[in-house]
Amino acid sequence: MKKVSVSFTLNGDPVTADVPVTWTLLKTLRDYFELTGAKEGCGVGECGACTVIVDGQAVNSCLYPIPEVEGRSVTTIEGIAEKDGSLHPIQTAFLENNGVQCGFCTSGMIMSAKALLDQNPDPNEEDIRKGIAGNFCRCTGYVQIVESIEMAAKADK
Amino acid sequence: MPDHLFVGKSIPRTIEADKVTGKAVYINDLKRPGMLYGKILYSSHAHARIKSIDTSMAKQLQGVRAVLTGQDIPDVRVGFLKDQTVLKKDVVRQFRDEVAAVAAISPEIAEEAVSLIKVEYEKLPAVFDPFEAMKEGAPLVHETDARGRPLKSNILPLPWKFAVGDMEQARKDAAYIAKDTVSTTWVNQCCMGTSGCIAEFDQNNNLTLYDQTNVIFGHIGRISEYFERIGLAGKKIRVVNPVVGGSFGTKLDTDIYEFIAIQLALNTRKPVKILFDREEEFCALPPRQPAVFTIEQGCDKEGRLIFRHCEAILDNGAYTSWGATTPSVMIMPMSSLYRVPNVYFKATCVYTNNIYAQAMRGYGNPQATFAVETSMDSLAEAAGIDPAEFRFINRNRPGDETPMNLKITSCGLEECITAVRDRLQWDQKRGKQRGRGVGMASLIHVAGGARVTKSDGHGIRVKLDEFGHVDVIESGTDQGQGSPTVISQIVSEALGVRPEDIFLTFGDTALALWDAGTHASRHTFMAGNAAVIACAKAKRQILDMAVELIPRLVKGEFKRMKRKDPEFVEPDLDYGLIANPEDMDIRDRMIFPKKDPDHPYFKVPISEILRNGLHVGIGESRVVAAEAFYDPPTEMLNRDMKGNLSMTYAFGTTGVEVEVDEETGEVQILKLVAAHDVGKAMNPTLLLGQIYGAGYTGVGYGLTEEIKVRNGRVMNPSFRDYQMLTAMDVVPIEAVIVEPGDKDGPYGAKGVGEPGLVPTAPAIANAVYDAIGVRIRDLPITPEKILTALKERK
Repeated sequence: MKKVSVSFTLNGDPVTADVPVTWTLLKTLRDYFELTGAKEGCGVGECGACTVIVDGQAVNSCLYPIPEVEGRSVTTIEGIAEKDGSLHPIQTAFLENNGVQCGFCTSGMIMSAKALLDQNPDPNEEDIRKGIAGNFCRCTGYVQIVESIEMAAKADK
Repeated sequence: MPDHLFVGKSIPRTIEADKVTGKAVYINDLKRPGMLYGKILYSSHAHARIKSIDTSMAKQLQGVRAVLTGQDIPDVRVGFLKDQTVLKKDVVRQFRDEVAAVAAISPEIAEEAVSLIKVEYEKLPAVFDPFEAMKEGAPLVHETDARGRPLKSNILPLPWKFAVGDMEQARKDAAYIAKDTVSTTWVNQCCMGTSGCIAEFDQNNNLTLYDQTNVIFGHIGRISEYFERIGLAGKKIRVVNPVVGGSFGTKLDTDIYEFIAIQLALNTRKPVKILFDREEEFCALPPRQPAVFTIEQGCDKEGRLIFRHCEAILDNGAYTSWGATTPSVMIMPMSSLYRVPNVYFKATCVYTNNIYAQAMRGYGNPQATFAVETSMDSLAEAAGIDPAEFRFINRNRPGDETPMNLKITSCGLEECITAVRDRLQWDQKRGKQRGRGVGMASLIHVAGGARVTKSDGHGIRVKLDEFGHVDVIESGTDQGQGSPTVISQIVSEALGVRPEDIFLTFGDTALALWDAGTHASRHTFMAGNAAVIACAKAKRQILDMAVELIPRLVKGEFKRMKRKDPEFVEPDLDYGLIANPEDMDIRDRMIFPKKDPDHPYFKVPISEILRNGLHVGIGESRVVAAEAFYDPPTEMLNRDMKGNLSMTYAFGTTGVEVEVDEETGEVQILKLVAAHDVGKAMNPTLLLGQIYGAGYTGVGYGLTEEIKVRNGRVMNPSFRDYQMLTAMDVVPIEAVIVEPGDKDGPYGAKGVGEPGLVPTAPAIANAVYDAIGVRIRDLPITPEKILTALKERK
């Protein structure tokens, strides 16, 4: 299969991936870089478990063709804690307020929340719900996820 | 009640921090050296004879390591009624029938190989409606039973019948009677993590199965039985859970794909992973069982229930998994939700060429409660009694023994009904119509284990090292319910350590003692009780060491001080305070005498005792380790379907206020109040998560969710078409926690995993009726059904 060499910034580091041209960003993250935090929940861009941030925007990495990533900056769930391991405020808030249960949607959910808070540090409930509208969760009923994001927004001030 | 440091507190889920950093390893993320990827070819017909299967092209594809059909593996029957084989070689009876399987070096190659397999079918007449399937002359889904004896009917030979009292007399005695026919449909559990496993044999043909099951030991039982029939008798099996991306009932049975992974691994001598995609999750995983109920209830002039009579027909689909046993749970609400002396319930499961069903959160209870609670509203209306008052009159009370012989110990149903009534402002809002209405429904569920197998036990192991770190080896599965946190709270409290001292291992049959399964809302109750017992034993071992060591350590310290300072005068201490382990306690990492908890010399860190007591020399070294197996004194259901199968029962009431748009048929939930008797909240924040999550799934069950099965085929196998609720579907939900404390629960706790879902849909249906005066008796309550009902009323 025809391969492509794609250079981009991944969680702050310059990287190059030599992967089949048909691969998605999700497959590249998981199978080439072994960053398995982003999950495939549906593979067709409906559930948001694969959400990562590309140039500041939350995207479904399962639909994102890898050649499109050239020159861009990608942030995944593995890249938002501090280097010393201390958690990002959104991660802390999800643990403290039970925003996580089975955890399968959590990586994508947190990345959508991060993209939202980076753009709008003071969102209301509706903004938050819109921000995670593309991220499905079966465990929580979203209530404590919304509360976690509210909590993180306050903690960041 | 003593002051607790950890139990009852909203301890964060820090122990699960890997889930917020992408580090948690799910089956999707797990790889084994040399691992192959399996894919399954499903049937193209709902009912057909397989004339031929041509696998030659698939086998030639580069990277393919095995292509298996029913001809290639032993012809062994599996499942609850042994009514199917792993790969079907003669007849397919549903669209999800597994016809062939491939193992290849990548999932893509495996998928391509599957598409190259050619199957020739001869179509057979099919039946998709259980009522049609019961008729004489209907096409038979199975020609023979498991033993090869010819079958004459599609009705399953299952004994789901319950009868108590004198129904004839009760009908005569009733002042008011109401009769309803209600129906529920297939719904998918929608775990965010799809199904999957890795099967791996060692050189001696012992199997390690990395698997998401929440019944790890039940899995071993079923696979052992299979092994005996395929020539692997005596081979050992280890089941290991990765982190599980949701369960909700899907992981209760051993599914066909798991047997297929085992066969592919056996054939290739390599580890084989099968991982479902989302379409398979909708089409090839057994969902919640649909059912049709005809329910009739009667009450006296004062509104006291006199009888309940109900017959249910369940579409079993083509094969039998746990879905067919859900009537055993339906008997519980049928016989025991509210006080009712005369009860008749009969459930008939019928084979069709539809998809077959399994367990889902609530296990038959949501279906049956929809029937009971629809009928409660109808009967209240017939009797001219306010529906809330009607429920209050008939509420269960502590000390009741129900017609099914359930012994009700703690019961907060009265408080739950009252709380819902108050919080919804029921009396002001009810009966106004004009598009707005309120409705309620209650529940009973097992909350102290469920003796559905001979042992309902749970084993736990606890050991401490010389640094005071605690290993807890749990027999259960972490499927997201919060047990790592809650069990670490219970262990911390019972042992006297802190949650951050604890390292928990879940779901490994090689390490764990035994467990009946992380199902039936039983985990906190069972594992909690086992943990309390095990921790008491380990604590005693530590205190035995402490009474030996503390005097020695204190005196040694005095000697050292004297050497440093000859003036030092040894204080006169009452060593009697620490002479007996019974007089000592441990709390928050410190050992101390009960009579003088802050004693300046006798209060010693647990780690100091362990360091000085464990690995100290020949003949004196020891370990601190304890295990406990808690199996409560409950009963299995007898032939009459009676028995106190749980140590305690959960009660709750959900009330909703809705607004119905009569132009569009849309239902908006303005408020949902979920009041639950939980015994005692172990972790209030986590508890709310269970209630919110279950409540939301219940709203989906009530309003939107349905697997649309047409002529046996799933027509909406995607999230978008299935209409699972998203964050944009706002449900203002308010939880009320009722805590009567349960005498048998760990620190008073009862189970709460399933209850929140159970009464939600009927509460919505009842609120819709209050709002617009039409009753929807068929779930989900879609705008189409509302508009049709409104039209019919006009």
